[in-house]
Amino acid sequence: MAHFTKPAEGSWTEHFGLGTEPVSYDDSISPEFYEEERDAIFRRTWLNVGRVEQLPRKGSYFTKDLDAARTAIVVVRDMDDVVRSYHNICRHRGNKLVWQDYPREDTKGVCRQFTCKYHGWRYDLAGNLTFVQQEEEFFDLDTSRFGLVPVRTEIWEGFVFVTLDPDAVPLARYMGRLGADIEGYPFHLMTQKHTYRAEVASNWKLFIDAFVEFYHAPVLHAKQATEEESRKLQRHGYEALAYDIDGPHAMVSSWGGMSPPKDPSMVKPIDRVLRSGLFGPWDAPDIGDLPPGLNPSGHPAWGLDSYLFFPNFMLLVWKPNWYLTYHYWPTSYHTHIFETSLYFVPPANAYERLRQELAVVTFKEFGLQDANTLEATQMMLETGAVSEFPLCDQEVMLRHLHRTCRRYVAEHRGEPSRTTVRVPAAS
Amino acid sequence: MATLPQAFADLEPYADWALPSERDRFAKRLASSMDELQAFYDAAFTRLCDGVEYLKGVSLDDIGEQDRNLLWLLCSLVTVSFPVEVWRQPRVPDSGASSIDVVVEPVP
Repeated sequence: MAHFTKPAEGSWTEHFGLGTEPVSYDDSISPEFYEEERDAIFRRTWLNVGRVEQLPRKGSYFTKDLDAARTAIVVVRDMDDVVRSYHNICRHRGNKLVWQDYPREDTKGVCRQFTCKYHGWRYDLAGNLTFVQQEEEFFDLDTSRFGLVPVRTEIWEGFVFVTLDPDAVPLARYMGRLGADIEGYPFHLMTQKHTYRAEVASNWKLFIDAFVEFYHAPVLHAKQATEEESRKLQRHGYEALAYDIDGPHAMVSSWGGMSPPKDPSMVKPIDRVLRSGLFGPWDAPDIGDLPPGLNPSGHPAWGLDSYLFFPNFMLLVWKPNWYLTYHYWPTSYHTHIFETSLYFVPPANAYERLRQELAVVTFKEFGLQDANTLEATQMMLETGAVSEFPLCDQEVMLRHLHRTCRRYVAEHRGEPSRTTVRVPAAS
Repeated sequence: MATLPQAFADLEPYADWALPSERDRFAKRLASSMDELQAFYDAAFTRLCDGVEYLKGVSLDDIGEQDRNLLWLLCSLVTVSFPVEVWRQPRVPDSGASSIDVVVEPVP
């Protein structure tokens, strides 16, 4: 009953050589494994911490807690227009350098220098220690040795990434072939931003699992479609147009018949009036030519491409010319902070603002269903009553994600693995 | 003084739905009964087509207070459309203890 062509091997899973056996979820319920992931994954990969639009001018900064990577950073556009990051720590006695009111909450702003709240030590935006309170009281203090500790920072298509691994390959190479496929997409035109945040009681990988397969959509979200449409969706099930894997990264290309729907009665009354919904406003803004890598199968029913850039950054590019991001920031083996940002071309009038609101809020309704399901999954995985789970071909990205995590950890332990983690080749 | 543009004076009884943050709109939805949501939905949805035509002529750069209130009120209509059109209850079904909160949103 395949609606879309699969690879010659008969399945995506076999095509990518991932094995078809049931998968262990021990990697999602173990405090010890999570501690290893922090060092093996979150301190070794490139992590997306934001976009350049968050740093609009010289002196703009924001802080980012990277608990999984065992640090917190401050990202700043310096006086030479260079985006830099530092461990957010004062060199004097270790106080967190930049924060407001609550040390554990992130902040942002504009400044010409960083001043520590504790003893007033000051640093310029290039990280140099420029002022020491009562410097004469110190002993042979060589201020050139006490600058802020830098964190490697690079930018890909306006997305700001950091890594704690001094030996990491350059970011563009890390992003690999899948990254190259969407280079040139006009992300910079989509500056109308809505961000949501949730504390989720599950392992970080479980939420990625939920968002890299659409097999669940006709069932979990059945009530969001009209009854007749919902029955039809469940009967058909879900099949993606195409999957792709490159090194630790993966993508799924999906159909998206809802923007606009073939038959308006398929969607809610307000969607019909506002001409908008889960797939975004139906009338796409003109954003010029798109990169040829989008819609890799070239299918006319194409609706979105969804990328997982390992470990925790997802990027979804939608046919009606908008995009969203997901980030999953672990806080323990069974909790994480989920962040999503939806980006649109700024609305030309108040009506366009209203229809973007419908897309955003529809997304939130779906997300609330997804988030609670995860807590239920985590709870039962932790019982250990069942330890292996069959994954279908539409869950190929989950299989790849868990396998990639296990391989990073094994490699970090120094264990020999049959296939080492492949760093994407230079494109 | 009118909260909404003259042409939408019939929606004045629902002016308390003109809330500038999605967080507040969602909180008001959760604090309302289905009868209250249905009453607001019925009144506002009847005027939605007119609202769309009106808002097409409103620029966000120099938006006035009454126009802004109409936009917020219709954003609340979007928020209550889910309980009224789909869920038949104020909360998202099976969403239990989970919450997803807005931290950045455009104004307006």
